[in-house]
Amino acid sequence: MPRIYLDNAATTRLDDEVLQAMLPLMTENFGNPSSIHAHGRQVRSAIERARKTIATLLSASPSEIFFTSGGTEADNTAITCSIDTYQLKHAITSPTEHHAVLHTLEHLAKQGIIELSYVKLNEKGQVDVAHLEELLRTKPRTLVSLMHGNNEIGNLIDLKQISEICKKYNAIFHSDTVQTMGHYTHNLQDLNIDFIVGAAHKFHGPKGVGFLYINANNKIHPFIHGGSQERNMRGGTENVYGIVGMAKALEIAYRDMEAHQNHIKGLKTRMIEKLTANIPGITFNGDSANVDNSLYTVLSVSFPPSSDNDMLLFNLDIAQISCSSGSACSSGTDVGSHVLGALNVHPDRGNVRFSFGKYNTEEEIDKVIDVLTEIYAKKVLAPNP
Amino acid sequence: MKYPIYMDYNATTPLDKEVLEAMLPYLTDHFGNAASRFHAYGWKAAEAVDLARQQVAGLLGASEKEIVFTSGATESVNLAIKGVYEAFSRKGNHIITVATEHKAVLDTCQHLEKSGAEITYLPVDSEGNIDLTLLEASIRPTTILISVMAANNEIGVTYPLKTITEIAHRHQVLFHTDATQAVGKLLIDVIADEIDLLSMSAHKLYGPKGVGALYIRKKLNIVAQQDGGKHERGLRSGTLNVPGIVGLGKACEICQQRMTREAIRLGALRDSLENGILGAIPETKINGNITYRLPNTSNICFGRIDGEQLLMSLNEIAVSNGSACNSASTEPSYVLKALGLDDDSAYGSIRFSLGRMTKPEDIDFAIKHIIEVVNRMQKVRVF
Repeated sequence: MPRIYLDNAATTRLDDEVLQAMLPLMTENFGNPSSIHAHGRQVRSAIERARKTIATLLSASPSEIFFTSGGTEADNTAITCSIDTYQLKHAITSPTEHHAVLHTLEHLAKQGIIELSYVKLNEKGQVDVAHLEELLRTKPRTLVSLMHGNNEIGNLIDLKQISEICKKYNAIFHSDTVQTMGHYTHNLQDLNIDFIVGAAHKFHGPKGVGFLYINANNKIHPFIHGGSQERNMRGGTENVYGIVGMAKALEIAYRDMEAHQNHIKGLKTRMIEKLTANIPGITFNGDSANVDNSLYTVLSVSFPPSSDNDMLLFNLDIAQISCSSGSACSSGTDVGSHVLGALNVHPDRGNVRFSFGKYNTEEEIDKVIDVLTEIYAKKVLAPNP
Repeated sequence: MKYPIYMDYNATTPLDKEVLEAMLPYLTDHFGNAASRFHAYGWKAAEAVDLARQQVAGLLGASEKEIVFTSGATESVNLAIKGVYEAFSRKGNHIITVATEHKAVLDTCQHLEKSGAEITYLPVDSEGNIDLTLLEASIRPTTILISVMAANNEIGVTYPLKTITEIAHRHQVLFHTDATQAVGKLLIDVIADEIDLLSMSAHKLYGPKGVGALYIRKKLNIVAQQDGGKHERGLRSGTLNVPGIVGLGKACEICQQRMTREAIRLGALRDSLENGILGAIPETKINGNITYRLPNTSNICFGRIDGEQLLMSLNEIAVSNGSACNSASTEPSYVLKALGLDDDSAYGSIRFSLGRMTKPEDIDFAIKHIIEVVNRMQKVRVF
């Protein structure tokens, strides 16, 4: 059996249909989209088609879509440049945000540009909406940055509810939608939201490309200066194949969404049920065991305390199973997950994030369950020393 | 679709087939996130990034730890200039650059001016050269950075990096070079030239679009501009564009092997293009210094001719009348204006930039085509 990939929240496999859409721009149609000759014009029209595709899928206008090098740049742009443009003095976020949001806001707070408040979370990691309102009441003209779907524990927020609250208090609302883009339908006609983002590689598109949606009511300064690309909002020659690949990936994601949702929810449910039955003391972090009210692609499992928990991920890797302890993005650091830390998850428990994708199968899930059951069954059967 | 003959390699280059071959495994089976530390998908991606880092460092004479991957030269330039400005704010707020720099440098400097930076934009002479005495005289106690491009994208003029770094370092000032047009075309050695920061991009050297690098000299600390998961040793967060980085590395390796021979070949083709045009069409002249310039670039002024019409009529060849990055603008080239050309002469100038696929027949064809078009336009003008 080939390697089982259950780390789809870190990155996903490029869809072959997407690669096929990219290849012509990696070969014969290689021009610089800003060039006015035929090579350039051909590529320009491919980029604008991609913009229109993405805008249409999200019920936005093409003029509201700006291409970036990925989700991190899009988050940095929304946060840094809205604070700069509107001279905001205050921001509200949560301790379980992705580092692209947290580190950016913390950097601005450290420089004394903003005061940063954290909204309270309950023991499941859910946002305390009453506390958010309380914060907003005392701090007018605030940036609120709350992620739509948490990459580690799968918690979802109600974008519509939060956006209404933000509107009521005249706050700017940014949501890191990296984990939900392409996995849920976003209807921006229906939402009072200022900024959302996408990273293509989280929905079977290429790495190195993303986008920022800027609601037409906003006009913010650029984050990367130089050149008139992206209507003066983002300097630099466009990642042409990346952009075309991203649009294709989002198109496929929307086309097949219902089938994929059903398929992946089925895998997640199977995993929750069998693990619960097979491994005594197993729990699930955050909302992730609530299949219909969490990111259906993420399951954060908390294994009972064991001396082997330290080696759990490596043992899974030896068994040809790829998953993660949390976010891949805390690269090179050995600090524990800040998300699980915020939830006060006991450090002796073994925490593993399994994240599913459209290419995963029931057989793979059964194999993973067998391997895990064996690891933990051994513990139960082993005689006491 | 049938394309005209491509002579706009300074705008972008086709992806080398070998580079695409190197990238494909990372666009298919090896799709891991290079930051995934717990499984083979992640390790495979991280290994590929390490190799690419060696390949880029190899071309520049740098060591691997001095290379930071970015989304392209524009981001590299932004990181270098803003990163130095933030890190050295205690020392001063003055930056020296040149009026003919790429917009990536100029726009970044103009942005910093709004937050209190003082910028000196050095003028150039009629050949595009900078006055090194004036450069040194412009240094103040508050000067933190000198940023001069290695080669100009429009006229191809190259600048004496070693001499400039000596001046900068004599006054304890850092030196950044936007080497986007020079890397892969000319030998650049960051150690010999004592460069502190160097920006480059992949798509100008037959690598992919959407990826570039910043060289940051060892022990030089600058402030990151894009925060997140502390990728690239905290200097540039964001999931690494693994296939792009692999492509950049391979493109650098190929350039290192072929650069010297290719420079000679392109220099000869460029010279025959210029001889063919200048010999047949009166009033034409070359813009910029012809001794110190890129071997592949020629910027020719066609005299008092309707530049826009000329460019549109040259539909058998793909050329440009300035930087592609300013094509949204209908203004004449600010680079040529800085050389002292009037608006008409600037509009009437065309940049030819040759590259790996340019063949001698293409040059002969282009010369014939250009002569025909110019003759036709001049005839029309007579009537």
